[in-house]
Amino acid sequence: MTMGNPADIRLSGVGKTFSQGENAVRAIGDATLDMERGDFISLLGPSGCGKTTLLRIIAGLENPTEGEVLVRGRSVWTGDKRSSEATRPISMMFQEARLFPWFTVAENVALPLRLRGVPKAEREARAHALCETVGLKGFEKMRPSMLSGGMRQRASLARALITEPQVLLLDEPFGALDAMTRDTLNLELMSVCAQARVTTILVTHSITEAAFLSDRVVVLAPRPARITEVIEMPFERPRTLDLQRRPEFQDMLVRLRTSLTGGH
Amino acid sequence: MTNHRFLRIALPTATVIGFLALWVLYVEMAEVSAFILPPPHEIVIAFVGLVGDPATWHHAMVTVIEAVSGFLIAVSLGIILGMSMARIQMLEWAFKPFIVCLQLIPKIALAPLIILWFGFGLESKIVIAAALSFFPVFSNSLVAFRSVEPGDRDVFTMLQANPLQRFVMLDLPTALPVVLAGAEVAVVMSMIGAIVGEFIGGNEGLGYLSVAMLQELQVPKLFAVIVLLALIGLALYTVIAQLRRWLTPWHASVSQRKP
Repeated sequence: MTMGNPADIRLSGVGKTFSQGENAVRAIGDATLDMERGDFISLLGPSGCGKTTLLRIIAGLENPTEGEVLVRGRSVWTGDKRSSEATRPISMMFQEARLFPWFTVAENVALPLRLRGVPKAEREARAHALCETVGLKGFEKMRPSMLSGGMRQRASLARALITEPQVLLLDEPFGALDAMTRDTLNLELMSVCAQARVTTILVTHSITEAAFLSDRVVVLAPRPARITEVIEMPFERPRTLDLQRRPEFQDMLVRLRTSLTGGH
Repeated sequence: MTNHRFLRIALPTATVIGFLALWVLYVEMAEVSAFILPPPHEIVIAFVGLVGDPATWHHAMVTVIEAVSGFLIAVSLGIILGMSMARIQMLEWAFKPFIVCLQLIPKIALAPLIILWFGFGLESKIVIAAALSFFPVFSNSLVAFRSVEPGDRDVFTMLQANPLQRFVMLDLPTALPVVLAGAEVAVVMSMIGAIVGEFIGGNEGLGYLSVAMLQELQVPKLFAVIVLLALIGLALYTVIAQLRRWLTPWHASVSQRKP
């Protein structure tokens, strides 16, 4: 435990180099970052900047070749061994909904509880309640293949939330959806995260999305893949879509775009 | 689309009737001996006689027991070996070339040897049936248990699933449709294996019966045995196909819905 430090997630000098024979590709280097409970940050950058790799290292899905990741004071990686204790408070959403076709929507949502041994009646009740929260009422008994893309990601969000996670990792979960559905889901996501004070990291390549949702935006650059800047989003909460039309928000988008292109 | 539904029934019926008509026409016009090719109605009469005879049912039971036993052995072995090799790379390196070489031998050529080793009873036919139906189950299982997507594995990793949960709720349902597709092929192969075994040696089973009919030159009855074999094969295939629909109702090949 890090005494007297409330940092929920701490990255110190995290880096990863993929090597194959004589070729080595640096996926991310020297990432250092502190997040407090309830922080919402975005990892923003073009493809190849290592943002997804960094998220997967925090999730314990890929091991770093250097540096350390602490989640609530526990180290996610010991060498190349993942700690299930440290990753237990984490939920993750992926680019695809990753629902399982052999389960109904409600069974998919309840899956994390089932794997933790929660009794059937309790997990069903909680899954149904959460389905209602994310706007899936009436779809519980359907198979995932019958849902639209947006509905599938709602189910995926419900599955991520049902364990009441303290950390939420989002790998462009709404990237494949149309703009309107994406806005709606982002608003819902923001209110859920704020209510439960979930520490959230979102990987995105959308400047608007990063600025709108985050407390801080971490700008990454490729070749070499690294963090170039961390920028505060000084907009009061709760935020509504109106914020996006305000001049200071527009100025922020310009600021972020400049940072992304390295000042050119 | 009532018109289409009508055609779906009318067209195949017309094909069968046309085939039978050509058959009758050929037998009549070319004056083919009934010993070589009997007209269809004689086969129908022979078939009715065949199924009315209790001895036939004994022979049919023997063939079914041989085929089904061989099939079950092949399915168990095929799934266990395919799954193990999918999970343990070393096992695949060690055994897969060997198994593929075995597959390259025409296994029917081994049938006389198997009779030599296992005798003229049921056992040798069961072994031949198992040998013929093993490979489709094995190779499908090997592919099936390999085809779990890394992204799906990530979900189970994030949910801290233990190995047993991972197997029951992820690997098994992912693999099942492909494994069962292999079993559909295998069940047909197991019938072929049982019949070939009976051709070579033994004194019961429908394969034996058809050889006996040939030696007695009872050609309509020989045809009737062939029809009965086809019906049994169809029944076994239908059981496995229905099992697949019932066990994997979500799969695209069953629900015909886009994944």
